[in-house]
Amino acid sequence: MIRFDNISKRYPGGFEALSRISFHLPRGKLAYLTGHSGAGKSTLLKLIALIERPSRGQIILDGVNLNNIRNKRIPQIRRNIGIIFQNHHLLYDRPVFDNVALPLVIQGYRHREISKRVRAALDQVGLLNKEKVDPITLSGGEQQRVGIARAIVHKPALLLADEPTGNLDPELSREIMELFARFNLFGTTVLIASHDLDLIKQMRFPTISLNKGMIESNDLLTSNPQERAV
Amino acid sequence: MPKNPRRGPKKNSRLVSYLTHHLQMLIASLGYLSRQPISSLMTSAVIAIALALPAGLYIALDNASQLSADWDGTTLISLFLKHDVSVKKAEKLATRLGLSKEIEKVRIIDRDQGLKQFQKISGFGDAIKFLDDNPLPHVITVQPVIDQQSPDKVVHLVNKLQNEDLVDLAQLDMLWVKRLYTLLDVARRGVWIIGSLLALAVLLIIGNTIRLDIQNRREAIEVSKLIGASDAFIRRPFLYTGMWYGISGGLLAWLLIAISLGIMADPVQKLAALYHSSYELIGLSGSNTTTLIIISCILGLGGSWLAVGRHLSEIEPS
Repeated sequence: MIRFDNISKRYPGGFEALSRISFHLPRGKLAYLTGHSGAGKSTLLKLIALIERPSRGQIILDGVNLNNIRNKRIPQIRRNIGIIFQNHHLLYDRPVFDNVALPLVIQGYRHREISKRVRAALDQVGLLNKEKVDPITLSGGEQQRVGIARAIVHKPALLLADEPTGNLDPELSREIMELFARFNLFGTTVLIASHDLDLIKQMRFPTISLNKGMIESNDLLTSNPQERAV
Repeated sequence: MPKNPRRGPKKNSRLVSYLTHHLQMLIASLGYLSRQPISSLMTSAVIAIALALPAGLYIALDNASQLSADWDGTTLISLFLKHDVSVKKAEKLATRLGLSKEIEKVRIIDRDQGLKQFQKISGFGDAIKFLDDNPLPHVITVQPVIDQQSPDKVVHLVNKLQNEDLVDLAQLDMLWVKRLYTLLDVARRGVWIIGSLLALAVLLIIGNTIRLDIQNRREAIEVSKLIGASDAFIRRPFLYTGMWYGISGGLLAWLLIAISLGIMADPVQKLAALYHSSYELIGLSGSNTTTLIIISCILGLGGSWLAVGRHLSEIEPS
């Protein structure tokens, strides 16, 4: 699904956020991306979502070389990805339903289909009764779940999450991680950047750990990843 | 079956979803403006004033041209005949002139008629009674055919008439007509210049308003881009907002002009009455109104296009 081939990312000013990163995340897998802050986790996710472009190397996403994607075609690529942010990125000028519906509206789904899918997505994150609520009135955990519902509502093949549990207490964090594991069960490829090492150990999924822009360890390479039997 | 089977029954066809979104944004942008009525109204009012000024001047010019056209119709050349010309010869000349293509109407005022008129109008009635002889010549008044495009033709006609044997003096006060035409020409250019400058101002006002809107909705734009919205999709609501600013400004401008004309109508009529004229102000015609609205609509779209083109690309998710 995602293949990084010798990727380096140097920001203007000379700071090298990633250097010579290579890994392969097969379709249908869930993996964690760990490392201290500044290790390059966010940059790596941004490269996949085409928010940033690599300075060197190539990324193959779902068989497509992202280097060949012109800016005009970026939206098409992003429609196949669900992105979840630490700070939710919800729109506070509209109710929960409209927030979750946004990807479907952008892709031109029919009205009835939108209602159906939004309710299904909200149901999966346990917020079915909150569709008419303004997101600002929700708790941090609930807002994060609205963000997740928005990321999965159009059934993307790939889910990217950047510190999705960053502001949540351990109990809620675990719930969120369980949610991602559930999506993965249904075939979605998931890549989660997180520095919550304790939680990641509990979840027992393969982990890529970054340090100062380089891969320190990569469970995906070992023949026997500490994968949870399902 | 949907037209594009690959998109499946769950999505609208590309065209339908495109048109649906356009319609949604058309209405949504109007809703957006109505949710902040004061600032929308203020922006529209500024646009309206900027549009009403050149449009109002244009109408004033229209009225002035109309007025001068009225006067053209009464342009007369007076031919004072030589003193020794008999009435018969004068009548012969009048008939001959009446056949000319350049002349609309001819009227003869013989010297007795002339004297009577003069007695009546001049107030010298009693004094004239003491004259032994009628000092007035026969007069032929000639109403020329007026060609709006070339006021010079009348001058040629006057010169020609002056060369007639029986004519002592051919007189036409043509200069003021020329001056008026020239003046109107100057004014018309002026209105074009003012109009162009103010149109530019409207473009900038709308552009700046849309720029602020874009900044206010920065978060929504970033999020939309992140979940795969195309540039056109993001651009649409702003373009429609600009168009609505333009249209509402145009409508307000129309209202301003209508009110101004209403205020002016009464005194203009009184003034016209003093000149024994039933002159009435011309208002904005249907086609003028349509032009005004179309221009304001185009300016709205253009202004927002400028802002959107410049500022939307600056907002990229990070």
